[in-house]
Amino acid sequence: MSLDPEAVRRIARLARLRVDDGQVAQIQGELNGILGWIDQLNEVDVEGVEPLTGGALMAMRLRDDVVTDGDQAEAVLANAPDRDGPFYTVPKVVE
Amino acid sequence: MFELSLAQARDALRARKISARELTAAYVGAIEALNPEINAYITPTPELALQAADAADEALARGHAGPLTGIPLAIKDLFCTKGVRTTAGSKILSPFIPPYESTVTANLLRDGAVFLGKANLDEFAMGSSNLTSAYGPVTNPWTRHGDNRPLVPGGSSGGSAAAVAARMALGATATDTGGSIRQPAAFCGIVGIKPTYGRCSRWGVVAFASSLDQAGPVARTVEDAAILLGSMAGFDAKDSTSADIAVPDFAAACKRGVRGLRIGVPREYRMDGMAPEIEALWQQGLAWLRDAGATIVDVSLPHTKYGLATYYIVAPAEASSNLARYDGVRYGARSDGHDLTALYENTRADGFGAEVKRRIMIGTYVLSAGYYDAYYLKAQKVRALILKDFTDVFRDVDALVTPATPTAAFGQGDRMDDPITMYLNDVFTVPVNMAGLPGLALPAGLDATGLPLGLQVIGKPFDEETVFAVGAALERAAGFTALPTLRAGAAA
Repeated sequence: MSLDPEAVRRIARLARLRVDDGQVAQIQGELNGILGWIDQLNEVDVEGVEPLTGGALMAMRLRDDVVTDGDQAEAVLANAPDRDGPFYTVPKVVE
Repeated sequence: MFELSLAQARDALRARKISARELTAAYVGAIEALNPEINAYITPTPELALQAADAADEALARGHAGPLTGIPLAIKDLFCTKGVRTTAGSKILSPFIPPYESTVTANLLRDGAVFLGKANLDEFAMGSSNLTSAYGPVTNPWTRHGDNRPLVPGGSSGGSAAAVAARMALGATATDTGGSIRQPAAFCGIVGIKPTYGRCSRWGVVAFASSLDQAGPVARTVEDAAILLGSMAGFDAKDSTSADIAVPDFAAACKRGVRGLRIGVPREYRMDGMAPEIEALWQQGLAWLRDAGATIVDVSLPHTKYGLATYYIVAPAEASSNLARYDGVRYGARSDGHDLTALYENTRADGFGAEVKRRIMIGTYVLSAGYYDAYYLKAQKVRALILKDFTDVFRDVDALVTPATPTAAFGQGDRMDDPITMYLNDVFTVPVNMAGLPGLALPAGLDATGLPLGLQVIGKPFDEETVFAVGAALERAAGFTALPTLRAGAAA
C-alpha cells in the first residue's frame, strides 16, 4: 500500500501535526519507504494465531474502585502554559 | 576515586574510607570538565547532588546506610523527578517540571542514591544514536585508533551510557523499548540490563510504547547493574502491568557460575553482512561458557527476521496514542493558533522533532480505519509467533547468548539518510522486547579499531538471576578492562 499526497495530509490532520505543502513530498517518500519495508510481514502465515496485545505475560490486575488520589489542583495546573485561576485556557471555540 | 566500581565505592563509604561528599564532588567535577564535550547531561544538578551527599554522610555516620547510600547516579531524562525539569529530550517538554517522583527514582532515593542530574537521550527515547535529542547529540567517549572523529554513543539511553563510560556517573538509569539500554551499553563498553517486562514500574516514566517500555540500569560491571536493578525493581500498585513478584538478590546470582547450564545459540542471529569480528567474539563467548561448565546448544528462533518490521508497527502505534497528550494546553510548550485545532497542530509541529513526527504518523496510519487489521492486528499476531519461538526454545535451554549489535559504534554523521538503516541497529535486541524477556548486554572485546563490542544474554521471564550468572561468567572470562579513549591514561 502506497500513500499519495492527500493521504499524507489526512494522516497529519488525524495526528494533529501541521504539515506545510513543501514538506509533503519528503514525508510521503519516508513513510512509503517504511511501509514498503513493513510489507515483508505479508510473508508470515498468521492463520489461527491469537494476537498478543501486551507485554505482560500475566493477566492485568484490577484495583478496588475507590478514590486513591485527588484534591491537587495546584500541582495539576502548575505546568499549564496558560491558565486563568483554576482553569486551563484555550482559544475561543464557541462564538 | 574513579577506579572504584559501584560495589567498591559502596563498601568504601560504609568503611568510612571515603566520604559521600568526596565521591560526589569528584563526579560533579568530572561533569563540569567533560560535559561541554560529551553532552551526556541535559540538566546537571550539582548543588542538589552535594546536598544529597552530605545527607548520605550523616546517614553513614549514624550507621543507617541503605543499599546505595552516597552512590552518585545519572538519571535518564525520561524519569520524572520532583522539582527537576524533565524534558524527554524533546522541545515540547522543555518547560516541564514534574510535581511528582517516578517510582523507580523514588526507590533509588529510598535506598540512599545521589542524583547528579538528568541524562541526555533520543527524543522520547526514539532513536539508536542520540542524534534525535532536541538538546544536541551525545559524543561517545570512545574513538577509533588514530581517528578522532566523534562517534555516537547509541541510543536512546546515550547520555546514560556515555556518562557511565566517561566516569561522569557511577551508574545510571535507562529505559529500553527496542534496545535502548543494550545497544548504547554495547557501543560505550559498559553493562546494561533490560529486565523482564513488569519488573520495574513504569509509573512516572514518560511513555513511548507502553507494552514494550521497561526501565533498567547501565553500569560498569555486571554486579553493579545487579545492585542497581535490585533497588529499581519491585511491585508498584500505580502501574497496572507491574509484576507482584518478589525481587531476588540479583547481586548474589552473579556468583553462581554456569556449570550445568544449557546455553542456546539462535542460528537466525548469524546475519548476512555481520562484522566478522562480531561473529568471532560470539564464538569466543560460547567457548568461555563451555570452559566454565555450560553446554552450548544450537537453537532456532524462526521469526527473528520479522522482529523489526513488527516493532515498527507496534511501537509507533502505541507512541501515536501516548503522545496525543502533548496538546499545548495542560503542560509543556505551546505555540499559538487562531483556533483550537491550529493551536494543537502548531504546538505539535513546532514541539516534536522529525523522527518523532515520523513515528506518530506511521502509528496514526496503521491504527486508522481500514488499515488496522492489515497492519496493527497482523503485527500483534506476528508478535505472538515471536514470543512462541522463545517459549519453545526455553523448554530446552536456560539462557541464550547472541551479539548485542551488528556493528560497533558509528560516526555522528553516518546513517542519517534513510530511517530504516538506523532501525537495523536493533535487530538483535527488538525481539526480546516483543517477548517481554530480560536481556543483558556486556562488553566482551574490542574490534580492530579499538572500539568495544558487546554480547547479549537473554533469559526466561523473571529469571534475571540466570542472566546475571551467565553475564558475570562472561565478564570474568573476558577480563574487559579497556578504558574509553577519553579516560585512557587518566583513570586515577
